Amino acid sequence: MSSENVSSWFRKLLPSISTDGASKKTVPEGLWEKCPSCSAVLYRVELEKNLEVCPKCDHHLRITARKRLEAFFDDDSMKEIAEKIKPVDALKFKDSKKYKDRLIAAQKASGEKDALITFQGHVNGVNLVAAAFDFRFMGGSMGSVVGEKFIRAAKVSLEKDIPLVCFSSSGGARMQEALFSLMQMAKTSAILGRLRKRGIPYISIMTDPTMGGVSASLAMLGDINVAEPNALVGFAGPRVIEQTVREKLPEGFQRSEFLLEHGAIDMIIPRHQMRDRISNILSMLKKPI
Amino acid sequence: MNLNYLDFEQPIAELEAKIEELRFMGNDSELNLSDEIATLQEKSKSLTDSIFKSLKPWQIAQLARHPLRPYTLDYIEHMFTGFEELHGDRAYADDHPIVGGLARLDDIPVMIIGHQKGRDTAEKVKRNFGMPRPEGYRKALRLMKMAERFRLPILTFIDTPGAYPGLGAEERGQSEAIARNLLEMAELKVPIICTVIGEGGSGGALAIGVGDRINMLQYSTYSVISPEGCASILWKSAEKSPEAAEAMGITSDRLKDLGLIDNIIEEPTGGAHRDHAKIAKTLKISLKETLELLMEIPLDRLLENRYEKFLEFGNFQEE
Repeated sequence: MSSENVSSWFRKLLPSISTDGASKKTVPEGLWEKCPSCSAVLYRVELEKNLEVCPKCDHHLRITARKRLEAFFDDDSMKEIAEKIKPVDALKFKDSKKYKDRLIAAQKASGEKDALITFQGHVNGVNLVAAAFDFRFMGGSMGSVVGEKFIRAAKVSLEKDIPLVCFSSSGGARMQEALFSLMQMAKTSAILGRLRKRGIPYISIMTDPTMGGVSASLAMLGDINVAEPNALVGFAGPRVIEQTVREKLPEGFQRSEFLLEHGAIDMIIPRHQMRDRISNILSMLKKPI
Repeated sequence: MNLNYLDFEQPIAELEAKIEELRFMGNDSELNLSDEIATLQEKSKSLTDSIFKSLKPWQIAQLARHPLRPYTLDYIEHMFTGFEELHGDRAYADDHPIVGGLARLDDIPVMIIGHQKGRDTAEKVKRNFGMPRPEGYRKALRLMKMAERFRLPILTFIDTPGAYPGLGAEERGQSEAIARNLLEMAELKVPIICTVIGEGGSGGALAIGVGDRINMLQYSTYSVISPEGCASILWKSAEKSPEAAEAMGITSDRLKDLGLIDNIIEEPTGGAHRDHAKIAKTLKISLKETLELLMEIPLDRLLENRYEKFLEFGNFQEE
């Protein structure tokens, strides 16, 4: 049977599933999903159970911030930090859409107030603070709320003398907050200096993608820098670089394995091992409280 | 069209050309044209004043990038004595888009670090159009740490389209180099004054932009992304750059109102490029005043103020 026959047979059986991108939206939501790496058609519930990691090829799909942290922390140990902080449109920024409307749409789509959530809790008994970016919220971009929530989380670390962990996933600074967003880079980096001085461990975990202003501040400043497999991590986006140097980028450029090779990160940790490996590292850097 | 004039300055350029012509005629003949020349000069001045009074952010972005605008080395020449340039990051290379070294501001020895653009083609290439690579930021950090050891105040001059987006820069850790500077500058135990002299382009600017006081020259800009970049992402068209410049608020007056910078350095009529000596003098007076003030503040207080200053940046609601 040729591959064409397979696909036509398959299409008849499941008319909503198609291999071309245009009709992808017709997949009934929450039922099936195609792995972007190996194209295996996966049962949504299974994928979720597997922490959004393809069971066929181990490709790490993006995961929401809340699901990530729920999987990371011990059951029932999580306490949210600074959950009441909300974004405002101080500059009355408007491009093709109003920033205010973009915020409302992003809040509706993600169920989050902004792109970062922060919690205190235990991971295999290790008391720590963890923050996670939600890429669905305007590409995980860093504006004032992200910066403020990050420093609130770091302040809990400082007060309680417990480690800080941050899972980043971000396109960079949030343009709609203009220079305020740039200053969040300095703000978040400044408080990480305080953690260093106090000998409080900070582990940065870079997930797909971690770019621009987030990569060039809090994400690269870990005592230990970690990445998930095959995450895109860098300062300038691949398209910008291609336009600048006018050549095609090599395969695997700016991926986790490339970063490890070039000395930018300490290790790559698959999502399933994250809890155990991070708590193991932290238990050596700091006695569990 | 006179290329030293920007498009919105063309009416001034035309007047100036006319003045030049009359001068030439006056030299050549018995005619006395001095009255007429004086009138035209007066007119040119008032035209310049009126054009510059209502500049749009996009026009200011053009001024900030003016090819004749003074660069870091120009300010060093005009403002300091005994400059000794220091080179290299001690690990990989000497990156020419960043210059640094020791110099005296009158009698005060200081460490200077600044972006450097080039004026002619060869110099532009050498300076990589003012876009530093990681080794540039690491050189800057090396000099800043040295300044700390020898208790030298640090003066930085910001003028870059941004950090260089290239393969090698990524391989050598552009993000890490910038991030590290942000962390270190927040706690360097000497006074730091940062001045945006031209383009304050994003993370590549901020990487030498964390300090006790942030100055901007009147017609400089400071933004998270270039107006062109912002326009092509959010408006899907680089032609919307003027709109993007307006929306982002990239100018000194707007950023001062927002509390993001401390001080605006007034430029000569028509912009800093019209009178290098004059802008250097104005800036020198301001830097010296600020520096003397900062050097009076006890170190603990200075560092706590700097930390609080950066921690307070941001707008949000909490209920």
